Order: sequence, then structure tokens, then C-alpha cells
Amino acid sequence: MVSPGSRNDDTCVVVAAYNEAAAIGEVLTSLGERFAQVVVVDDGSTDPTAVVAQRHGARVVRHPVNLGQGAALQTGLAYATAHLAPRWLVTFDADGQHHPSDAEAMLRAARQSEVQVVLGSRFLGHTDAGIGRRTMLRAAARFSALTTGLDITDAHNGLRVLRADVAAELELRLHGMSHASEVLSTIAASGWSWTEHPVTITYSDYSRAKGQRGYNALNIVFELACHRLSATS
Amino acid sequence: MIIRLLLLGALAGAAILLLRGRRTAFRLVVRRSSGIAVIVCGVVAVLWPGSTTAMAHLVGVGRGTDLVLYALCVVFLFVTITLYLRLREADDRFVRLARSVALLEAEVRRERATHAVERRHPDLAPTRSPTR
Repeated sequence: MVSPGSRNDDTCVVVAAYNEAAAIGEVLTSLGERFAQVVVVDDGSTDPTAVVAQRHGARVVRHPVNLGQGAALQTGLAYATAHLAPRWLVTFDADGQHHPSDAEAMLRAARQSEVQVVLGSRFLGHTDAGIGRRTMLRAAARFSALTTGLDITDAHNGLRVLRADVAAELELRLHGMSHASEVLSTIAASGWSWTEHPVTITYSDYSRAKGQRGYNALNIVFELACHRLSATS
Repeated sequence: MIIRLLLLGALAGAAILLLRGRRTAFRLVVRRSSGIAVIVCGVVAVLWPGSTTAMAHLVGVGRGTDLVLYALCVVFLFVTITLYLRLREADDRFVRLARSVALLEAEVRRERATHAVERRHPDLAPTRSPTR
């Protein structure tokens, strides 16, 4: 095992951001304490997200128009593997709901076990989500577990650690919010080794306002059903 | 009775197209010939208005106008699905295109920044780390 530098030089954090100028500065500052390489994909923001990110020392890739979170993550992974050649990649949300310390702990777990994918789970850790949101996320996890065969507790967590070989192979085609489930079905289909790791999610008023509405779950279910039915043909 | 089979068959075909729609040469032939068939049927129906009713009775529908309405629904459904599939494909291409533009732009921006630093501090040039 290569001994990691003090700031995880062999790792690249990918942050997909859409109109996050208000929050991303703080997120990047706290990430910078533990990670040397951060790629921010500005998904066609109409606010100065890219400028703020650049000022905070991140490498910035700018989508010319808004393409969706899945597309932004895919772009970030492509940029990172092409230019930085990291051993590990971390996907991290831009709105400040994740903790860099969790990402580092997941990375440590990944290094120790050499597992290909580590998924963050708020239900193994602490979460201050309300009962409605919690129930919905549980249901989503069960749905994903049923359809992919992966026994997971949290299907829609943006915090993940991917080994370089996996990141290079991943090709997200659901460009919107359904990419989280697409990651899971790709893990199942490709037979990658994976594990879950407890993480804490902090819901601020900001992240709650930016978060998804509950009924959007139905959109995701529908999109996935179509995707999976056509994939089996 | 026959019309039920025809309509159910058309709906099943629409569902299959929606799920497994890929553009193949065979599909193109089907699309073009059905396009021609629709035009021919239209010409016949205009020249001999009574023919739609005769046709309707043949497949078990009361009036010719009803048969035309059913046909319209089915054609509309297929057109919608075909357009949806095509739009999805175009969107996919658009994302790929935008991504490559974004990656290229990031690279250009980085090159420019490196050159700007070199111009200001020529002594730093040899130690410039190669772009990995």
C-alpha cells in the first residue's frame, strides 16, 4: 500500500455544483484541509459558482449549459481520471451536507479492504432528517435493494469512494437525479466489490431548500423502470 | 371483434417500441412504408368516402368515422413514441458534446494560466510540472 500523503495526494474529490456559490466556498475550504485535489464541475450555473470554486483552489470544469447532476459527476470523473490519475475518487455534494471527515474515514476503509466502491449511508450513522424524509429514503433503499440485489441501507447518498478502475469504467447515462440508482445497478451488473460506511448528513436550511421534493421519488422510480426494462432487451 | 385484436396489437407494438426502440434499417423500412400506406388510405378515403364505412363494417366497427378516429389515435401514439425516442437520443448526444466542450475549455484555461505564470516568472519555467 502506498502511504498516503497528509492530504491524500492519491485521491481526487469530485464535486458537482449547480448554483451553489453561497455554500461551495465553505465546502471547499473544509475539503482542502484533508484533500489536495478537488475537481468542481459547475453544471451551467447562473451564479458565480465557478469563480468561487476557482478562488478556493479547486480545478473547475464548466458545463456550457445545465446537464444534470449525473452528467456533471460523469464529467468530473472523466476529467479527474484523464488529468490527475488518482488511485481513488470521492464524490461529494456541494451543498455542505457531507463531512470531509466522513469522506476520509471511507477512504481509509477502502484502502484497508481494497474494496472497489464504498457507499456512504446515513442510516448506519447519524442523521437529523425528519421522519417523512427518513421513511421515503428507507423505501427508496428497499426498492433499490429489490431491483439491484444489493443489500443497501441508503440508496441516495452522494458521498462515495470509487477505486480508479471502477471510476474509469462507470458510464452514467441517466443524466438527472436518477444517477444514484444507476451507480448501484452498475455495481450489481459489473460485480464490483462494495461496502457501506456510516456517514453523518447535516441538513441545513440551505440544503433542505435545495434538496429534492418528495414526489420526485416517483419520477426517479419511473425513469429507472424504463431504463431497466430497456436494458434487459 | 377484429378491431379489438387490431387495436390491442397496435398498443402492444407501441409498448414494445417504447421499451426497445432502437433505430435499425428494418424499422426505417416499416416507418416509411406505413407512412406511404397512411397517405394511400387517405387518398382512397377522400375519393370514395363510403369506403371507410365499408372497411369499418369489415373489421366490426359501426361507422367509418370511428375507424378513422381509432387509426388516428394509433398513429398519434406511434409518432409520439418515435419522437420521444429520438429526443432522448439527441439529448444523449448533446450531453456528450457539451461534456467534451467543457473538458476542452478546462484544458485551454489551464494552459493559458500556466503560460501566464511562465511569462511573469521565466525562471520558474523549467520546474513546471508536466501536465499529467
